[in-house]
Amino acid sequence: MSYDQAETFHEKVQELKDLAKRIRKRSVQLVHEANSAHIGSTLSMADLLAALYGDILRIDSSEPEAAGRDRFILSKGHACAGFYAILAEQGFIPEEWLPTFYKDGGKLAGHATHKGVPGIEVSTGSLGHGLSMACGMAFAAHRDKAKHRVFALLSDGECDEGSTWEAVLFSAHHKLDNLIAIVDYNKIQSLGHVHEVMGLEPLGEKWKAFGWNVKEINGHDMVEIVETLRSLPFEPGRPSCVIAHTVKGKGVSFMEDKLLWHYRNPRADDVEKALEEIEAST
Amino acid sequence: MRTAFLKTIEELAGDDSSINLVVGDLGFTVIEPFREKYPNQFLNAGVAEQNMAGLACGMALEGKKVFIYSIANFPTLRCIEQIRNDGCYHEANLKIVSVGGGFSYGALGSSHHATEDLAVLRSLPNMVVLAPGDPVEVEHATRATVEHNGPCYLRLGKAGEPIVHEGKIDFQLGKALKVRDGEDLTIASTGSMLYTSSLVCDELEKLGISTRLLSYHTLKPLDGNAILNAARETRAILSVEEHSVIGGLGGALAEVLAQDPSPNKVPFKIIGIPDRFTRDVGSQDYLKKINGLTVEDITTQAQEILQVAGAMRA
Repeated sequence: MSYDQAETFHEKVQELKDLAKRIRKRSVQLVHEANSAHIGSTLSMADLLAALYGDILRIDSSEPEAAGRDRFILSKGHACAGFYAILAEQGFIPEEWLPTFYKDGGKLAGHATHKGVPGIEVSTGSLGHGLSMACGMAFAAHRDKAKHRVFALLSDGECDEGSTWEAVLFSAHHKLDNLIAIVDYNKIQSLGHVHEVMGLEPLGEKWKAFGWNVKEINGHDMVEIVETLRSLPFEPGRPSCVIAHTVKGKGVSFMEDKLLWHYRNPRADDVEKALEEIEAST
Repeated sequence: MRTAFLKTIEELAGDDSSINLVVGDLGFTVIEPFREKYPNQFLNAGVAEQNMAGLACGMALEGKKVFIYSIANFPTLRCIEQIRNDGCYHEANLKIVSVGGGFSYGALGSSHHATEDLAVLRSLPNMVVLAPGDPVEVEHATRATVEHNGPCYLRLGKAGEPIVHEGKIDFQLGKALKVRDGEDLTIASTGSMLYTSSLVCDELEKLGISTRLLSYHTLKPLDGNAILNAARETRAILSVEEHSVIGGLGGALAEVLAQDPSPNKVPFKIIGIPDRFTRDVGSQDYLKKINGLTVEDITTQAQEILQVAGAMRA
């Protein structure tokens, strides 16, 4: 990398970090105003979303249904506050829609919904559906010799679902190297830590054994995220899996790695503290 | 019925490359001609029905007409949430084909008895539900599913069902077919009970009872007018299906009849499989007999309901 390239890369990374910061702040506000849950799940994936939307995905908000666009599926649809926030940031939906999240007559449901929302490929909410739909899209693209890629962002909890593993088997068998699964491995699911509820370890080894090319990364290290996602596909003829080790509630000290914040709604004083902390983070 | 479906889909796939046939590792010795002819429109998704339904919806959202094909409850109940969320909610061009409706695979046991599928599938928004009555209807129904933009369920019997319709039929999605007309009684039939019902009509005719036979090849959208006309023009109605008495054709017709504001009600009886598992071992015919679905049983039911009608009138 030349000095100029390094400088540009550094600027890009800073830009993505700033984007992630805005997504975190907006998500905290949205979840608070909606009196809803899942802020921990939203904060854990904020850096991944920022990298995807700010750098990786070949998409254009002025043409959200362009045939050659990359497809992105938020399989962990419960973390949709961050998804809606980034879609507004990127110009897919108007900022004015955000306050309607969860509200009577609003546009944005409490799980990712595609109905009338540009930029959302599919509706999710029931875990274990996203990767199947994604592998169908990737299979169709292969069949049509199309060049776009299909990304699915999964939670660790939905790696409990049998259907997820059916899709994992299918995708490797059909050599879907245009398919990328990213697991937001924040180690906490609904009722406890993953290792207490139903252990997934060794998670990366499992995906590898099922025929995927796997990279395990720190899901909050923007340099590592971008470098990893820019190197897709990891191997011709194999689907790519990114196990992103993350922290539930990342960016807000009192939410980090706390089961409580899977469901707890942040109150006004929580929001104030959270926004301060996120703003002050580097 | 299976043969009629595969023959028709094979024919249509030649003109429409968006048609994809996705099987759940079933169809040995019958799906091979399609696979050989259209390798790029065929997929075996393995023994993984949830993923099969989900990926089919993904393919459908990319512009394909995707038929998922398996037997009994595997392409329906096993993956019902994928059908609901990924298929129906997305209005995806997902076509579900189940071979082995009712007791077609009778001797294989309860796991293979598809006896609640119509009730479940019918309740899903955007879903079109078809249960054609003979191979002639199957051909038309298959074409209709290709033409309809959105999710469809096509319930088939197995193989070797007799042809009921001689000559051309005026098949329209959502319209019951009047197979024969009559004045005393109406029998509304769905799926492969059409042949049995037609034999019942013959028996009743010998007894001097004139019977209207309606083939409800489409359960959803339901032809409400046909049954309301029957309620006005004949003295009693029997619905006949190889399906639970809950929520199938009988249930659908009851929803219409019960809500009809007309004060002139006619007796109506649902003939189907009682609300229990059929644990007995045996062929389709044997299990139908146990459940009162023979020509003799239904003929008796017809006579009884006409007596009720007579009593009501008197």
